[in-house]
Amino acid sequence: MTDAVTFRGVSRHFGSVKAVDAVDLSIRDGEFFAMLGPSGSGKTTCLRLIAGFEQPDAGHIAIFGEAAEGVPPYRRNVNTVFQSYALFPHMNVRDNVAFGLRVRGIGRAARHRAAEEALAQVELAGFGGRRAGELSGGQRQRVALARALINKPRVVLLDEPLGALDLKLREQMQEELRSLQRTLGLTFVFVTHDQDEALSMADRIAVFAEGRIRQVGSAEDIYRRPSSRFVADFVGSSNVLPADLAGAGPAGRWASLRPEDVLLDPAGREATVTARAFHGRVTKLTLDFGGQALIALVPAREAVPEPGATARISWDPARVHVMEPGA
Amino acid sequence: MPSDARAPLGLKLAAFGGLAFLLAPIALIFLYAFSTEEKSFQWPPPGFTLKWIGVTLERTDLWEALVLSLKVAAISTALALVLGTLTAAAVARSRFFGRETISLLVILPIALPGIITGISLRSAFSLLDIPFSTWTIVLGHATFCIVIVYNNAVARFRRTSGALIDAAMDLGADGLQTFRLVVLPNIATALLAGGMLAFALSFDEVIVTTFTAGNQATLPIWMLEELVRPRQRPVTNVVAMAVVLVTVLPILAAYYLTRDGEHTAGADR
Repeated sequence: MTDAVTFRGVSRHFGSVKAVDAVDLSIRDGEFFAMLGPSGSGKTTCLRLIAGFEQPDAGHIAIFGEAAEGVPPYRRNVNTVFQSYALFPHMNVRDNVAFGLRVRGIGRAARHRAAEEALAQVELAGFGGRRAGELSGGQRQRVALARALINKPRVVLLDEPLGALDLKLREQMQEELRSLQRTLGLTFVFVTHDQDEALSMADRIAVFAEGRIRQVGSAEDIYRRPSSRFVADFVGSSNVLPADLAGAGPAGRWASLRPEDVLLDPAGREATVTARAFHGRVTKLTLDFGGQALIALVPAREAVPEPGATARISWDPARVHVMEPGA
Repeated sequence: MPSDARAPLGLKLAAFGGLAFLLAPIALIFLYAFSTEEKSFQWPPPGFTLKWIGVTLERTDLWEALVLSLKVAAISTALALVLGTLTAAAVARSRFFGRETISLLVILPIALPGIITGISLRSAFSLLDIPFSTWTIVLGHATFCIVIVYNNAVARFRRTSGALIDAAMDLGADGLQTFRLVVLPNIATALLAGGMLAFALSFDEVIVTTFTAGNQATLPIWMLEELVRPRQRPVTNVVAMAVVLVTVLPILAAYYLTRDGEHTAGADR
């Protein structure tokens, strides 16, 4: 099967800044793919390269096997949901959604019908006559989605689409986006700096840093088996410690240990509690373990030692992931 | 913020005084348009008549000057709309070496005294052996008309999110469709306001015109010449009155058009 999007050695430099640096990437047809990374890591530039707003300085981009270099955005079968939605302020919701059909020369009646269908799909039936300014953030987001879907793109690009929403709405939209993507069977490429969002929504995740991809894999892969200290640290604030100290590998290698895998165990090894914070379901303990800082998330029902006291801890060595040398 | 408290009497008097100082001379012009005395401004006017309106309508030299003024204003404004918008788009939309310098240089003609613009244009025309014509006046006026349009357009471009253009392109609109369906509707009121102001400025321009006009007379120049001749004085006042009425309306319209749209279009965050 042809991949939806392929990058081969793609670079995009802005002056001396290597926004995207020799990136190789394959996004499969029909998958929900997340590009995760801190701001300035090159994930949004990658998205703009797929959309056609940027052209690569080096390398090749193919969309469904066809070379994309030099193809302008308006000739790509790819549509974008923009970070700030970018709804046209001088048009009502229906005309916003129908814009893609209008520029293709579809008649007024046909495109209005299609726009109403697309609005119904995102549960905004009957909102066609409103102005974008009269809608709430969540509603604008749905309009932007309907507008992007009206041209029946094969790839939908989403640039931090949930960033402007409050937590509750964000969780609801996460589920809706996921189910919409499954129903339509489209390829979704999703840019985010929120690791929880990426982990909960994506089939596969690419972790970006400084213009390069550090790791590509399923959520499980990325979370359980980070390939480098950066990935371990960025995806879910993992403990990174020398492998021999973790009791799981040779000296000179690094290992990651998830905070929730650190257990309080009366028969365990000694560590000093340096800080304690109550987080509802769990209590977060910061420990000094032989000079190595260690975070432990302990279920709230357990008795937790005071700061300054000695805690006894252990973990299952099978839970420790030892990284490749040099990572 | 407006407060509910009433203004003290002194403040009211000062405000009315200020307004009277600004507007009384204009009221006098209106008054003398109907005076029966034609050689001097006598107070109070000895009598009132409507005959000067008829006399004014019969003066062909006036009509020639008016047509020339309208023509110059229309062409300079059209030229300014195209060039000013393009410059504004370049300065607001893209980053290039010397961008800040260019935006300063574009505004410079309106900051410089008109007499400098006039002299430099006149010497340029004579150096290049360009004979004075309607077109040399148009060139002179275009220098400040472009600034007016540019200032309006660049402010609107900066308030319009660049993501709108990306969005239009993304949805399949080519460059021309993007301009027609997205860019133009978003800057149209700014262009209309800028165009009206530019037109009004060109219409009453004297200084640059005297340097670039040769022996043609635009309306303001015609009025200036008319004032030194003590013949049919109220005719000038009738013309002045007409000009006030005709120019105030577009300026009011421009004011109301640009007053809205304080928000940044398309940037909802």
